[in-house]
Amino acid sequence: MKNKFHVPLLLLALACTHTVNAGETAAEDIPKYVVEDGKVDKATFNGYRRYHGTCHACHGQDAMGGSFAPALTESLKTVDYDTFVKTVMEGRQATASGGAVSAMPAFANDPNITKHLDDIYRYLAARSDGELGAGRPPKLPKPKK
Amino acid sequence: MTLRNTTGYVAAVLAASTLAWSGANANDEVAALAADPANWAIPTGDYANTRYSKLSEINADNVGDLNVAWTFSTGVLRGHEGGPLVIGDTMFLHTPFPNRVYSMDLNDEGRIHWMYEPKQDPSVIPVMCCDTVNRGLSYADGKVFLYQADATLVALDEKTGEVVWSTSNGDAGKGETGTSAPMVFKDKVIVGISGGEFGVQGHLTAYNISDGSMAWRGYSTGPDDQTLMDPEATTHLGQPVGKDSGTATWEGDQWKIGGGTTWGWYSYDPDLNLVYYGTGNPSTWNPVQRPGDNRWSMTIFARDVDTGMAKWVYQMTPHDEWDYDGINEMILADQEIDGAMRKTLVHFDRNGFGYTLDRESGELLVAEKFDPAVNWATHVDMKTGRPQVVAEYSTHQNGEDVNSTNICPAALGSKDQQPAAYSPDTKLFYVPTNHVCMDYEPFEVEYTAGQPYVGATLSMFPAGRVTENGTDNLGNFIAWDATKGEIKWSNPEAFSVWSGALATAGNVVFYGTLEGYLKAVNAETGEELYRFKTPSGIIGNVTTWEHDGKQYIGVLSGLGGWAGIGFAAGLTGDTDGLGAVGAYKSLSSYTSLGGVLTVFSL
Repeated sequence: MKNKFHVPLLLLALACTHTVNAGETAAEDIPKYVVEDGKVDKATFNGYRRYHGTCHACHGQDAMGGSFAPALTESLKTVDYDTFVKTVMEGRQATASGGAVSAMPAFANDPNITKHLDDIYRYLAARSDGELGAGRPPKLPKPKK
Repeated sequence: MTLRNTTGYVAAVLAASTLAWSGANANDEVAALAADPANWAIPTGDYANTRYSKLSEINADNVGDLNVAWTFSTGVLRGHEGGPLVIGDTMFLHTPFPNRVYSMDLNDEGRIHWMYEPKQDPSVIPVMCCDTVNRGLSYADGKVFLYQADATLVALDEKTGEVVWSTSNGDAGKGETGTSAPMVFKDKVIVGISGGEFGVQGHLTAYNISDGSMAWRGYSTGPDDQTLMDPEATTHLGQPVGKDSGTATWEGDQWKIGGGTTWGWYSYDPDLNLVYYGTGNPSTWNPVQRPGDNRWSMTIFARDVDTGMAKWVYQMTPHDEWDYDGINEMILADQEIDGAMRKTLVHFDRNGFGYTLDRESGELLVAEKFDPAVNWATHVDMKTGRPQVVAEYSTHQNGEDVNSTNICPAALGSKDQQPAAYSPDTKLFYVPTNHVCMDYEPFEVEYTAGQPYVGATLSMFPAGRVTENGTDNLGNFIAWDATKGEIKWSNPEAFSVWSGALATAGNVVFYGTLEGYLKAVNAETGEELYRFKTPSGIIGNVTTWEHDGKQYIGVLSGLGGWAGIGFAAGLTGDTDGLGAVGAYKSLSSYTSLGGVLTVFSL
């Protein structure tokens, strides 16, 4: 599913380095979350769960950051969808002025992330937009067919 | 150093001389150094892991007059676990990644003799599950042993810091990393492996200190030739373990990625010639994906130091469903139980039970909760050794995609690696503990080498939310009677106590707090006698030594570790009125990152 267009997206991002902030993905194609009265759709809930299966170890419970990595509730305010995808897939390393190295791993080979990347984005966007509080969100009832 | 400590003096002088001791004598050398209370010659204070010092210049009457003597910044801003070694006039100090080693002159307030910093690929940083911590160095035979984040074990020349030999104990590309302090027993240096959240196959390995060649490796899971078990001679609660017990309780090949890592502490009984340690969680955290007891994860091991053969094992948490790693330290103390002196092993497990075993036979003597909040099991059946799991808190019985709520303790355990201390004067164990509960929801995950292999979400909150007694503390510092399994006293702490304790002959016990306080309490009563706020949160272990006839106390500050990551942003739960119990109080309003050794004296 989402994976199918993530790969070319990634290549595109690589081809035009430093311009990823322009937002290659059309607005209507960026994954959307649903939050109603603090309840979330299935995809956003899955994002909550997958985030707390892996990402939270560094980025903290509820994406609020820790001593190890930034709060994604803040980062997602300035990082767009394409940059988010690129960073998760490729990883990132940075050296602070004091020489301390911080490193985010590349998750391109981790199916526990790649298969759920859009859902993780949905969850983080909902947190970052202030639409979703901390903790395990209750699920909305399944939509009737 | 004073001349009255003759044995240690001679040993220290010899150690510092160019006449290197032969490997066979390393044990005598280390034992002599550790027996002199002026030194802190091994990471755990002694082979028995008691962290007790005979020094008493600083005592319950005068500890209130303690002052800072000098401080030292390590130059690294990450979680600082462990503590320095002190041998004669020299201190050896480690740091988290990039794993610097400093040799420092105690005659000149810590002036640096030499500094060593290995070259390591920074990609190891994110495969360390819970911060880039390192728990310390060991010394023997003129060498300082460093176990790096990338699982490289190096021996440094203690005079120059030059590499004598180097060997790889694991592949960081598969998530195999190093965090534990190496320990020297006899002519071997013992190291474990981290990476339970990456599906590694845990093992304990012994290297010959002379040249770094491997002497033996005992895996936690696998067939007998990998676990170094004898189907008849190796016992579990007195019964032979049987053939290939390390694969028999696993489905398929799951044991190959089954965890059982060994990142805690190792103790040694020279008379019995046994090394003791515990193994960590089975991988993944989703119990549904690994039916069976998952032996020998979550297990206390007793292995022959020379051959690695397992003499006995005891699995504390068969088929873990909560991430209750069994890696915490095994403290060896001889205690009177039911009127008879026993050679005991005392262990405070993540699962919330304090165990007392006969360390010769592996017989289970006591298993009681050391935090009354523990609820995942009612008790341990003393015949079978099995915890009696409460169905409501069984994440397996509740199943995948179900959120099991209000489980105590949380995954970080009633106690994590932060080591306890034992005082032969009071006959009490001093235990830094967590008082945190959790919700836990397992789900299916796929294994990829070198990628996280977790398979559960969890949220943590103060135990008071479950016990409903109006408390909101996240930790306690307790005194424990291991002959009966009883708490003697318990001091509540605002945050988890993630610092190792120190007991002394001065009737004072020391520990640090996540807000950054070094605290001294009366060993009999727990009454607080002294506190000082150090530059950052303390997750290091308190140590003591004597120099020029004066006693010093030292502790590393440097917030981090699992606790530092987990709590830096506060705890979860704005959906259920947690404000009432103060779940939002945040460590970041008390302290910040750091990396400083603070040294105290009267």
